[in-house]
Amino acid sequence: MVSIPDQLPTAIAVSHLVKTFAGVRAVNDVSFTVARGEIMGFLGPNGAGKSTTMRILTGYVPATSGGVMICGFPVTTQSEAIKRRVGYMPENNPLPEDMRVSEYLYYRGRLKEVPRRKLGPRIDEVLEVCDLKRVRHKIIGQLSKGYRQRVGIAEAILAEPPVIIMDEPTIGLDPHQILIVRDLIASLRGRMTVIISSHILPEIEMTCDRVLIINQGRIVAQGTPAALRREILGRSRYELVVAGEPSRLEEALGLVDPALRVAAQTDPDGDGFRTVTLTIERDDELGEPILQALLAKQMRVRAFSRANPTLEDVFLAATRRSWDAIDKR
Amino acid sequence: MKHFLTILSHEIRMLLVTPSTYIASVIFLSLMGFVFTDILETYSQAPQAASPADVFFKQFYLPVLFMVPLLTMKCLAEERRLGTIETLLTTPVTTTEVVLGKYGAAYALYAMLWGSTAGFFWILRRFAGDARLLDYGPMIGGYVFIAVSGLLFIAIGVLASAVSRNQAVASILCFAMLFGLIFGGSYLGDAAWLKSDLLHPVKAAVNYAQVFRHYEDFSRGVVDLRQLLFYLSGTVLALLFSILGVEAKLLHG
Repeated sequence: MVSIPDQLPTAIAVSHLVKTFAGVRAVNDVSFTVARGEIMGFLGPNGAGKSTTMRILTGYVPATSGGVMICGFPVTTQSEAIKRRVGYMPENNPLPEDMRVSEYLYYRGRLKEVPRRKLGPRIDEVLEVCDLKRVRHKIIGQLSKGYRQRVGIAEAILAEPPVIIMDEPTIGLDPHQILIVRDLIASLRGRMTVIISSHILPEIEMTCDRVLIINQGRIVAQGTPAALRREILGRSRYELVVAGEPSRLEEALGLVDPALRVAAQTDPDGDGFRTVTLTIERDDELGEPILQALLAKQMRVRAFSRANPTLEDVFLAATRRSWDAIDKR
Repeated sequence: MKHFLTILSHEIRMLLVTPSTYIASVIFLSLMGFVFTDILETYSQAPQAASPADVFFKQFYLPVLFMVPLLTMKCLAEERRLGTIETLLTTPVTTTEVVLGKYGAAYALYAMLWGSTAGFFWILRRFAGDARLLDYGPMIGGYVFIAVSGLLFIAIGVLASAVSRNQAVASILCFAMLFGLIFGGSYLGDAAWLKSDLLHPVKAAVNYAQVFRHYEDFSRGVVDLRQLLFYLSGTVLALLFSILGVEAKLLHG
């Protein structure tokens, strides 16, 4: 009976979630689903409602209204079942100061109902995976930030839960450790459903299958990083540094494709060169025709490139768009 | 209650590896040793009516007022301050198991510390060789009183820790509540304004809650069911409020 919901393809389903703190809406009508085995990134400025949403998903904080289903179990009525299926690492990764790493993992394993017989080998395994073998007998309070962070991750994956929720797992890590954590999270793909929040956008882009951008408690964009880029910033962008008459530039662009637009341009520098950004709703490569048209119109080109917008640009554009929407209201 | 034993054994272990436990034990045993030798000195100078054990256990409030806040202030306030309560309560444990586990560990340590004072009586018997000095009745009565009243005192400490994020606030709150419980009864019992007929029910309730009178009964070997009920119901109430306190902070925090 109990195992049937575990077979569902949707691991997490959130519908119309609302959380109000003393009259302030921290989470406002948020709905999304995460498929089994998918890694989802949660992006948003500080105070956007990321941590609150994650806490509601774990059953730690009750929602004001709306529904959350994890592995087919509703969080509100079956919180026991949820707690057995979710590995959670909270914001700031709270850990007891006066315990040894292996002791802590053993205690947590017992609380998470890992059978005593399996617990020893499993602890060895997570220590290995998280590169913690050298510090297993150290006291947690004496560890550096990077190690503490990895102890938190080890604890979250200890009981092999089907769903893992981590609030800023890479905060405070050095590039080498970030690489380890990224590989670690990527290795969970397909086996476990993972939700991570982060401020480090390249991180999210590299590890996550799907991204959800949230601002002021509302979802402002969601999809794969590539789809988000298209949706928020247009399909293709070109950047060129060019000198010549502005009217001839437009003629040249009209020759290539009338849909090609100038998105932004700077004032000319001492030599008359301007940096121009072009956008178009087409995916195919237009670099060569544009260059040829510019040369045919006697324009001088110093640099030309197809811009590759980062998730950061998407994030900034999406949150700016949501701020504008809020201001208009 | 599947996780109660896991939490209890973990908490006892943590208490046993923390230096503050040993500091508290040394202070407790030196204080009680000082009290005990003082009593013996008095007895060596002139014969007294009461037995040494009786006089010794009558000083129970001294360690209770200082030890109970020290033992319990950390238990829930520290978890909340560090944020580890969040990781604890997102595992398949209930708030009740957490509160009872921590309560059980603090009570075990409290009982162990008092149990170690039995060494004083052993030394007295070993070296004084005078059977008259050792009256087993008041001694056993005293230990039973300590064990029963300790249930309530520790529960009050846990309650103070459950409603506060700060250990210092928790310990002061605990001290104030214990002081009110132990001395409030005898103070109100003597108060003139309570003597009017109108306030008779209040007066009866105050007489019922006289901790020192309970002690006297226990040391004389009288175990009154009403007194047991007083401590047990108080314990249950304090622990219930602790559980509610932790959960209320979750709802509004």
